[in-house]
Amino acid sequence: MAQRKPGHSARARQDGGTDPGSAVARSAPGTADVFEYAPAPESRAIVRISPSYDLFIGGRFVPATGGALKTVNPATEEVLAEFGVASAADVDRAVAAARAAYEQVWSRMPGSERAKYLFRIARLIQERSRELAVLESIDNGKPIRETRDVDLPLVAAHFFHYAGWADKLSHAGYGPDPRPLGVAAQVIPWNFPLLMLAWKIAPALACGNTVVLKPAETTPLTALAFAELCNQADLPPGVVNIVTGAGETGAALVAHPGADKVAFTGSTQVGRGIARAVAGSRKKVTLELGGKAANIVFDDAPLDQAVEGVIDSIFFNQGQVCCAGSRLLVQESIEAELLEALRRRMRTLRVGDPLDKNTDVGAINSAAQLAKITELVAAGEAEGAERWSAPCELPGTGYWFAPTVFTNVSATHRIAREEIFGPVLSVLTFRTPEEAVAKANNTPYGLSAGVWTEKGSRMLAVAKRLRAGVVWANTFNKFDPSSPFGGYRESGYGREGGAHGLEAYLDV
Amino acid sequence: MSDKARGKTAPAAKQAAARKSASKQSAAKQSAAKRTAAKQSAAKPPAEKIAAEHDTRPATVSAQEARRAETSAAVAETPPSTSPPEEDGTPPRPRLAVRKTYKLYLGGAFPRSESGRSYEVTSAQGAFLANAALASRKDARDAVKAARSAFGGWSGATAYNRGQILYRIAEMLEGRRDQFAAEIAAVEGVTQASALAQAEAAIDRWVWYAGWADKISQVRGTVNPVAGPYWNVSSPEPTGVVAVFAPERPSLFGLVSVLAPVIVSGNTAVVAAPGAAALPAITLAEVLATSDLPGGVVNILTGRIAELAPPLAAHLDVNALDLAGVEDPGLAAELERAAAQNLKRVRRPEPEPDWTADPGLDRIVSFLETKTVWHPVGV
Repeated sequence: MAQRKPGHSARARQDGGTDPGSAVARSAPGTADVFEYAPAPESRAIVRISPSYDLFIGGRFVPATGGALKTVNPATEEVLAEFGVASAADVDRAVAAARAAYEQVWSRMPGSERAKYLFRIARLIQERSRELAVLESIDNGKPIRETRDVDLPLVAAHFFHYAGWADKLSHAGYGPDPRPLGVAAQVIPWNFPLLMLAWKIAPALACGNTVVLKPAETTPLTALAFAELCNQADLPPGVVNIVTGAGETGAALVAHPGADKVAFTGSTQVGRGIARAVAGSRKKVTLELGGKAANIVFDDAPLDQAVEGVIDSIFFNQGQVCCAGSRLLVQESIEAELLEALRRRMRTLRVGDPLDKNTDVGAINSAAQLAKITELVAAGEAEGAERWSAPCELPGTGYWFAPTVFTNVSATHRIAREEIFGPVLSVLTFRTPEEAVAKANNTPYGLSAGVWTEKGSRMLAVAKRLRAGVVWANTFNKFDPSSPFGGYRESGYGREGGAHGLEAYLDV
Repeated sequence: MSDKARGKTAPAAKQAAARKSASKQSAAKQSAAKRTAAKQSAAKPPAEKIAAEHDTRPATVSAQEARRAETSAAVAETPPSTSPPEEDGTPPRPRLAVRKTYKLYLGGAFPRSESGRSYEVTSAQGAFLANAALASRKDARDAVKAARSAFGGWSGATAYNRGQILYRIAEMLEGRRDQFAAEIAAVEGVTQASALAQAEAAIDRWVWYAGWADKISQVRGTVNPVAGPYWNVSSPEPTGVVAVFAPERPSLFGLVSVLAPVIVSGNTAVVAAPGAAALPAITLAEVLATSDLPGGVVNILTGRIAELAPPLAAHLDVNALDLAGVEDPGLAAELERAAAQNLKRVRRPEPEPDWTADPGLDRIVSFLETKTVWHPVGV
């Protein structure tokens, strides 16, 4: 493979640089011309964004006492709104409201009634799905195609799924009458803001817990919209509380002595801190942390499907996915062919306006995240890996990173070991299934993995030996509320989804 | 005493020297007994209380009584046989027992501690029973290495095979039932009947867990009805190398109750058996070594939890901890903090564990991962 790359990639960059057409449409060498796309922007008129937002505590919006932060549209750097920063005292109030709601209302309510509230919430999400999809896209930078087709349907599905569990807990395999834990402190990330909220709140409420949830500081808007929706559902005050803020607010929440349960999705580094903070307490903890998933392509895999799978594994949500297939392990005999097809496909990715319905790759969520990606990519080049980025014109404002693939990557390179959390793929090769498994497992993480092969027995054998919580075979990045999700090793502990996901919120 | 010195000693002086040495020994034993008693009462008042309930003898033990206790306890179930009376009429001598050297169990072998250290294990009455190996942090690292090496084979064995081996262990335990009962009685100071009941409960619990080997996947696994054309299956898998801190009491039943649920699903274990629990623990190791259990699946360290736990909790090739035997809440919290470095799964100690209660699946599930596999469905 090494024989054809240097000239090839240099030419590709030139192609991109001189292409006078739109930012995304271009003709790739060796393929028929890709037709031009007319812009197809989704209207943002459906969304009303207030200039400022308060905290949601005890069913009411109350001013924060810890100051304020701004959230920006990462595609334009436009300030969208100001939101309150919950101080330790605010967190205290939120936990107290959740405790009162737990003791006086929610834990005493029959499961069948809790179920009906959750069904209501699921319906309200469906009814306001388009609005929430646009709001999510604006606040996060992810393409509307994803929020509309992936995030929002899954959010509603999660509430539907767990609504049905609320009055069936005695059949879930946790004893005849499993009890809730109490108040759940939940901290969620910015990559799937509303979906992670659903993963946290739906099972917690179904099991009879009340929650205090902190959304990420770059993406608070859909969580605050969800608060509004709780009131529309007439959810008893204090059952759901939303406190916005940054790391300090989250730290105060997880360390709060009134929290009986801590659930966190985010970086392994912060997860470690949380595990230390709760040590010696009686708090139950579940952590869904980072990953460095291997996506293994065998020589018998159908090439076009595998390429689509690789694209989906690393460029879905700009690669800002904990389970992204950021390490492509390709069998040596098909490396050249696969990489050529991959580059050809990457040239057709449309990078740009997240609200354009044709956009494949949107904006990076924040300047800080873009800086992190840029730094790791620079490290990849400095360590001797070979970089190729899809030729595309990136908008002048906002946070953007072109889809990028590294070849000649060694297992010791930082780009092969550290989670980049961006649209950057590292390619390694293998000769035998044993080598593929060994390389795939050669990471402290263990969240997900992919296998591409037409041979069923090989797929099952490899899937069995991969030390990862989710294995996608001949597919990638699929999610469902009935399907348990979570990691091995330093990717955290506990499972979200299905009957397994109930355990995190029951005293068992 | 050298031969030369002995040769020069007159009979009377010899007797005096013997008396002196006997009283010295007795004093040493008494002070050792006091030390142990003090240590025990400081570390774990409930256990001491239990021991005291069964102990009708005075607290201070004479050398003679101590020797009698040793004979009845350490030499185990059968009373010492005696040689036939000599022809010249001298009374029969009791047979001198062959004592066992208690060592560690690492990678299927029985080495001494690399540190060369040992500690005195005494009966609940303070009588000398044996010198157990005082495992070091290096022994702990060696144990983790052995456990990691054994993980692939053990977790990759069929569930039926694991169940067969675990059941075989129960068979071997049964054969040594009386030996375990004698050891339990010696180290815990409980009655023979109570000790026998504990040994039998331990064997029965082992049999119960053995049967779970090929059932846990069906009970904990799921077929998930995802909204799309995908086959979607979740199944439990072992988490890896588990460091288990066994409770000191009940010595055998506690150890079996924490060890069996760890290995039945395919995990490998590094077990720290504290204090006097070392004796039944190492006898259990002899059972494991003769039951077709691959070497390294279970590794047993004896010594002090406070010394062995911190390096195991911080070890980056350990996947999970069971803190059952960690009685100091401060140490438990410190271990949990150390475990956070590589996100070990931590099972916290229970404040007042009831070992006789139905254990349920709790301990098995604590050391399982769930793996979910997706595959498209289509023609």
